[in-house]
Amino acid sequence: MELFWYIVLMTMLAVYVILDGYDFGAGIIHLFFAKEEKDKKAITNAIGPFWDANEVWLIAAGGVLFFAFPTLYASSFSGFYLPLIMILWLLIFRAIGLELRGQIHNRIWEIIWDKAFGIASFLLALFFGVALGNVVRGVNLGNVVNGVSTQEAHYFFLPLWNPTFSPQAEQLGILDWFTVLLGIVGVVALTIHGANWIIFKTNADINEKLKRVVFNLNFVLLALVIVSLLIWHVIEPQPFHNFFKYPWLWIFPVITFTGLFGLFKVKSFKQHGKGFLFSSLFLGGGLASTVASIFPKVLPSTNSVNPDLTLYNVAAHEYGLSVGVYWFIIAIILVITYFTIQYRVFKGKMDDVGYGEH
Amino acid sequence: MEDILFYDRMQFAFTITFHYLFPQLTMGLSLMIVYFKWKFLRSKIEKYNDAAKFWMKIFALNFAMGVVTGIPMEFQFGTNWAKFSELTGGIIGQTLAMEGMFSFFLESSFLGLFLFGEKLLGHKLHFITGFLVFLGSWASGYLIIATHSWMQYPVGYEVLENGKFILNNFGALFSNPWLLPSYLHNQAASLVTSSFVVAAVGAFYLLNNKHNEFGKLFVKTGVIFGLISSLLVAFPTGDWAAKNVAEHQPVTFAAMEGIFETEEGGSEIVLIGQPNMLEKKLDNKIAVPNILSFLTYQEWDAQIKGLNEFDESVHPTNVPGLYYSYHIMVGLGTIFIGLMLLAVVQLFRKRLYKTKWILWSLMFMLPFPYIANTTGWYTAELGRQPWLVYNLLRTADGASPTVSSGNTLFTLLGFIGLYLLLGLLFLMLAGKIINKGPQLNQQH
Repeated sequence: MELFWYIVLMTMLAVYVILDGYDFGAGIIHLFFAKEEKDKKAITNAIGPFWDANEVWLIAAGGVLFFAFPTLYASSFSGFYLPLIMILWLLIFRAIGLELRGQIHNRIWEIIWDKAFGIASFLLALFFGVALGNVVRGVNLGNVVNGVSTQEAHYFFLPLWNPTFSPQAEQLGILDWFTVLLGIVGVVALTIHGANWIIFKTNADINEKLKRVVFNLNFVLLALVIVSLLIWHVIEPQPFHNFFKYPWLWIFPVITFTGLFGLFKVKSFKQHGKGFLFSSLFLGGGLASTVASIFPKVLPSTNSVNPDLTLYNVAAHEYGLSVGVYWFIIAIILVITYFTIQYRVFKGKMDDVGYGEH
Repeated sequence: MEDILFYDRMQFAFTITFHYLFPQLTMGLSLMIVYFKWKFLRSKIEKYNDAAKFWMKIFALNFAMGVVTGIPMEFQFGTNWAKFSELTGGIIGQTLAMEGMFSFFLESSFLGLFLFGEKLLGHKLHFITGFLVFLGSWASGYLIIATHSWMQYPVGYEVLENGKFILNNFGALFSNPWLLPSYLHNQAASLVTSSFVVAAVGAFYLLNNKHNEFGKLFVKTGVIFGLISSLLVAFPTGDWAAKNVAEHQPVTFAAMEGIFETEEGGSEIVLIGQPNMLEKKLDNKIAVPNILSFLTYQEWDAQIKGLNEFDESVHPTNVPGLYYSYHIMVGLGTIFIGLMLLAVVQLFRKRLYKTKWILWSLMFMLPFPYIANTTGWYTAELGRQPWLVYNLLRTADGASPTVSSGNTLFTLLGFIGLYLLLGLLFLMLAGKIINKGPQLNQQH
């Protein structure tokens, strides 16, 4: 039963990253590449009617985490206190930037909210990469100092950084060179993803330029992925342990690289949605590969005093997990229905939706 | 330890108070928008459709504010109340996860369609999307109050040796005797807010001699919905909720009513007075004898235990705060009924639109339903203290063990600053929409 909810949770998180990922990516494109008013309009039209529902995946995944793995929820949310609260602030800034910009026609007003929207999107992409890095690297569970736990075995607290900025120090920080590297991977990957969404959903003039951006950034992404994989060995000596044990897991890295290499053909795609499909494969495959690599750990311990948190030692009790399956199945069928309806009505190009104009 | 608990509580109280300013309007307003849209479908009079469109703009703004201030609520269970989440997550996580899965997806998917899909969908389907948004927002309220009710009156659980609460009866979460009265009371109160807002905007137009057609429609709809909902808040829902408190949380009941001493021969109802916590009595009291006993038990001489009979360790931590919250809520609720009753009488005498002083009163009443809703929630939450889970888990034992007071104060200050900005922007934009007013036969 733990395994069922683990798969559900990871799937929901992957869906969230793919969906809100294009929102963040569109924000980054908006920040760096959209110079003209009509390009900016095209971008906000392409994400406007969706971002809110996309963010619900984060809330719903948070809810499932809370109910199925309460110990992990409690441990990680209090341990990553500051970055999580900052993510909340950024989500708020991003949302108000997007929603308020069109409300008043004034140059200063528009500049402020454009930047708020763009910069918050950029930082969110960075933070989500950093978050993934923190989970892979692990944390000092129990806040062990000199071989003695100063907290209960499953609690910890991380400051934003430590003076050495190293992922191998005894006292870790949220930001170190490994997690920041993954943060940059996040920014580049989501920029590509966002560009693909805009190409998919609009007929904007900027699209030809965006195809070149995707093509060029894809080289950067490939280089970053290779470097990250090499560095991964420093953090975790046997990252492929699970893959040799269960060879079918190789499907995930295969999907990841299919997505990555497929994007080099972006300039010749006939269907506009194809690029988005490939970047979704990259994101989904990449997350699945990462998760497969650390399974069954959900938060590794960096000390030898306290054990890793695994999906088995953080889960809720059996009865609650079983009864949850019933309502979850009903709910997920409804959710899929809503999404089908929503994406059907807003299928095709979004240039004329007039988002944010009141 | 005192500091950190204080900051944790302040942050939750501040963020939830601010957050709930928005859902209380959207829940009630969604019903009223559905009503306008339904009137339009029945009568084909454009005015109703334009009214629905106008309120949709206000709704969308409030909804966005509700979403962005709502995400922090779910996060804060884990960030600031980790121990509470760890121990009770298997139970309250159920209802909170269900809220995400059943109501947020419903609301957010159809809100996009409702706001941008009128042309694509046609009026009938558009009405249905509006109805689904309403359903989603009321389902959300239901699941939150189911969570709240479990904390007030825990059911269907078992406590393990390590202190963890585990669920052993899913159905009990929803047949909780606390749930239905609280939910109905809350939803009626939410309708009070939306009715007063609609009526206040209408009065603003009439007094301004602008958009008179809509001014009349809004005032009329607002006062009719307002009278019905104000009455429902008091009776039967408020009465029922108060009886629950009297039965299951007698110490809370004594504190909120300001009853320090048990009185033989029945308790009085306190209208005004200040709790004197040093001498454990009520100063400058104005009270009516025996009424409280009668209201609670329908017997003039029923005995109500005074606060001083309970051990201090189970007293609500902030007795004056609880007492004032409750009295402000009840006082305002009474004024609401009175004003709406007068307005409806004038409406039926066809004099309402010319009775200036009622229109002015309606306009200036705008903030008060928000205050009443907020103090109502303070009554519930302060009344539960010093417990997170009533009689089972103390608030002091629920906070995050590793987060220091320096970090919590930092984020509390950040939230205060950010929400101040949000509040100003909200008022500015809502003011702009209201001042511009509804558009006749608006072509979108």
